Amino acid sequence: MTAPRTLFQKLWDGHIVRAETADTPALLYVDLHLVHEVTSAQAFQELRARGLPVRAPQRTIATMDHSTPTTPGGFSALPTLDDASRARKAQVDQLSVNCAEFGVPLLPLGDARQGIVHVIGPELGLTQPGMTVVCGDSHTSTHGAFGALAFGIGTSQVAHVLATQCLLQSKPKTLEVRVDGALRAGVSAKDVILAICARLGVGGATGHVIEYTGSVIRALSMEQRMTVCNMSIEAGARAGMVAPDDTTFAYLKGRTHAPLGAEWTEAVTAWRALSTDEGATFDSTITIDADTLPPMVTYGTNPGMGMAITDVVPDPERFTDRGERDSARRALEYMGLVPGRQLVGTAVDVVFLGSCTNSRISDLRDAASVMRGRHVAPGVRALVVPGSQQVKREAEAEGLHRVFTDAGAEWRESGCSMCIAMNGDSLRPGQLAVSTSNRNFEGRQGSGGRTLLASPLTAAAAAVTGVLTDPRTLMSVSV
Amino acid sequence: MTDAIEKGIRAFTSTYVVLARENIDTDQIIPARFLTTTSRVGLGPHAFQDWRYHADGSPDPAFVLNRDEGRGARVLAAGDNFGCGSSREHAVWALAGAGFDAVISSSFADIFRGNALSNGLLPIQVDPGILVRLIAERTPGAQLRVDLEARTLTLPWGEAILFPVPPFARHCLLNGINEMEFLLGAAPALDAYEALHPSRIDTRASRGAA
Ligand code: SF4
Repeated sequence: MTAPRTLFQKLWDGHIVRAETADTPALLYVDLHLVHEVTSAQAFQELRARGLPVRAPQRTIATMDHSTPTTPGGFSALPTLDDASRARKAQVDQLSVNCAEFGVPLLPLGDARQGIVHVIGPELGLTQPGMTVVCGDSHTSTHGAFGALAFGIGTSQVAHVLATQCLLQSKPKTLEVRVDGALRAGVSAKDVILAICARLGVGGATGHVIEYTGSVIRALSMEQRMTVCNMSIEAGARAGMVAPDDTTFAYLKGRTHAPLGAEWTEAVTAWRALSTDEGATFDSTITIDADTLPPMVTYGTNPGMGMAITDVVPDPERFTDRGERDSARRALEYMGLVPGRQLVGTAVDVVFLGSCTNSRISDLRDAASVMRGRHVAPGVRALVVPGSQQVKREAEAEGLHRVFTDAGAEWRESGCSMCIAMNGDSLRPGQLAVSTSNRNFEGRQGSGGRTLLASPLTAAAAAVTGVLTDPRTLMSVSV
Repeated sequence: MTDAIEKGIRAFTSTYVVLARENIDTDQIIPARFLTTTSRVGLGPHAFQDWRYHADGSPDPAFVLNRDEGRGARVLAAGDNFGCGSSREHAVWALAGAGFDAVISSSFADIFRGNALSNGLLPIQVDPGILVRLIAERTPGAQLRVDLEARTLTLPWGEAILFPVPPFARHCLLNGINEMEFLLGAAPALDAYEALHPSRIDTRASRGAA
């Protein structure tokens, strides 16, 4: 009898092309390679210089999301092309050239299937349980929600995968994050992962792959599981994953690239066997009690600096670790926040609803439930950026776009937008945003901009009140 | 992988600069607005852009890379969890472009570490206590010696310590072996694997296009 194995171990074992030796790392096979414009140009250039083809174009797909305008009509509809827009357009055009030259399928700007790379992979049914998924992007961890081993890679590795469909990998450790209990009304998957990041700290899971377990994770929808797995990297984890179950299969069934007929039945049987075996052990485990979990928000300049929305801003002088104390001091100075004060009530300039963390249809429904019949507060700019063209169409079919535009929010085309502020959607220096994205680093949403990370419910509540607000106070639920 | 001989990182002596902050993320090392480049070179002047320059583009004289002590330093000593956040290899290209051949910290983010090694930028992990001393006791002109072959870091106070470096990365760097060539050399194993594991997906097929 074989020893009991974790989900991670099964995925690892199943993709070994050549085992690790004392002198060489393992060669790990890649089932799905997602490509976008920002981290691929130099990799294609390397293949070109070496005269190499793309080994497995049928396992590769590209889209444009980071540098693309979220205004209608793409680059050609922009009133003027300044230097920055020209550079963005050149990068996007380069991806088209590279994909055509190397035979890589591309979902370009304007395509009905275009969107943020981590939104479209699952949406098209390309991300499937048991797969290894990589992308030149750290939030590739999103795809772990399907019971896939999914992780971000650098551009040199993008070239490796394009040319060989393989990666040199040393084996990570495993960390079980068990979330038990049940979420209260007004508390969402985003709050769960912000609480996990706060507990682990921004580097707490370095060197580990996380498996999320427990009753709360089981009860989450696929979109919510993606939100949780998405931010695994914010605790430093190599990847985050959830064992596939009926929720996973129901999501996948009938999607463009999902197996059909007998193949589907066979696949589901194989996928069911992926769950961590009874008696398998993790290198470490932490548990989070969801019963008492409130909505969360970050106060600092990394995603681990999070707190309950009902709390006061922590006092750096209370941190016992010197490094943490210095970081917190500097973070509060950058954020312009005062220790000991309530964060609720802080005036907000911008609300950003979007990113691969929270731009799926259920996120937009959450936000709309708060904004329906209300208006964006005077002086606040609210930006709603669907994760993909498909999400956009779905939202419009439900009339969600009307809820947002009637409230005075901007309804945009799909893309990364202000999550990374590469495309011109950006905070101005000093502006404070409540954002549903995943990073609150200094200047992440624009030079000098300040970010509070929160759930779609909390972001929507800030939009309509103009200040950071506990969304439960607008939702007729008890706090 | 970059050739250590060509880059002169087999063993070298250098002054070092200090960034005494923890969790320096790759957005600080190279802000996203510089990622529209399609080249690996040219990012050095923008390393730590928003810490290094005022909003009007003038250098901040207080920032270490703008001071005399920063000139010619090939080693950066920085706080714990260096290189966290985005996977952008541009961060490594920017550091290399700014003249760095090694970064010392008490820990590194996983993706950054891999990217660094692929480009011959040595991530040197030391005990927190050593890092604290390196930061607190730095004197002008103080030098370090990095010896990749011996895996030793000689500290300004004369002590030589071993640092961990993955044996394969070290072998590649010292012998000018490229990871890509190594992987291409594994083609037989790859062919055998693929024969047993045919692809279930075909991204080129637009069956029931959405
Ligand atoms: S939405 Fe943000 S985090 Fe996600 S892929 Fe785009 S830039 Fe990266």
